[in-house]
Amino acid sequence: MQYATNQYEGMIAETIVIPGHNGDPVGAYVARPLGPGPFPAIVVIHHMPGWDEWYREVTRKFAHHGYIAISPNLYHRAGHGIPEDIAVQVRAAGGVPDDQVVGDVAGALAYAVAQPTCTGKVAVFGTCSGARHAYLAACRAPGFAAIINCWGGRVTMEPQELSSNQPVAPVDYTKDLACPVLGIFGEEDSGPTPPQVALLEQALIAHGKTYEFHMYPDAGHGFFYYDRPAYRQAQAMAGWKQIWAFLAQYVG
Amino acid sequence: MCTMIATQIKVAGSGKAGNGWFTLGEANVSYDHPFEAPFEHALSLDFVNEALGPSARVSVELDVASARQLVDTINAILAKADSGGYIVE
Repeated sequence: MQYATNQYEGMIAETIVIPGHNGDPVGAYVARPLGPGPFPAIVVIHHMPGWDEWYREVTRKFAHHGYIAISPNLYHRAGHGIPEDIAVQVRAAGGVPDDQVVGDVAGALAYAVAQPTCTGKVAVFGTCSGARHAYLAACRAPGFAAIINCWGGRVTMEPQELSSNQPVAPVDYTKDLACPVLGIFGEEDSGPTPPQVALLEQALIAHGKTYEFHMYPDAGHGFFYYDRPAYRQAQAMAGWKQIWAFLAQYVG
Repeated sequence: MCTMIATQIKVAGSGKAGNGWFTLGEANVSYDHPFEAPFEHALSLDFVNEALGPSARVSVELDVASARQLVDTINAILAKADSGGYIVE
């Protein structure tokens, strides 16, 4: 993002509560640019480690780039405490149910488009399990203009991986996907592996969907996470560049 | 949840967290992304008491070799105690 040193800039970031699946109250972190806009929006879906500091930072990063960004707490119903304590509890319970996730993300989408400064165009972004959830929501919650799938694991699933909480592989909803897909992956990832990414790509091709995938060498799972050994500076910066270009093309 | 390889068992015992000792209720065993250990995946043991809230938790994250060695060591220690007549169940 190029900006002038003398331009006006500001944002507000805060936690709110929105109606989620079945109208349940769900916490959300919202960061939005100040000013009249209009601004496009993005729903930011947290990863397995929970609704944590990295996701707060990324939500503000999107706002810094001119998007109304909202990150719902998909683990809200598990109670409250430090994010990893909550994530451990959710993991032990078999993860959050897919239907519930779709309802919560739809609630975040509804919040975004209802903002008077929103253009009405909304993307959805997720990493790791958040990308799996983003893909599910993009297929099943109508209204998204673009999806960014960063190394989403278990988008393709083997039959033995299905469970009561995750009864359908997200890839099986691909025919219902109504927006373009950006995929960011690492060649050394063990979930999704390059062959699993290829399966997803085959489904997108088979259903005539618009997509672009970027597979980065010398990068594994979570290579954007600057606080983990998996961080790969050059690949992460290249990935972010693709994200901004993709959003500019499809969301504004 | 990127692997969703996790299970929970009931346990009896005590664990020590930041606020001191607490009565354990459950142990969560998983092979998934760790929060702290510098691996893509780890064998995680979370000793918790869900009735006391999410902060009642003692956690370790091990690499696979350490986890296997721990299992073998626990079994060896229990066998030794059993053979010595120390275990009454």
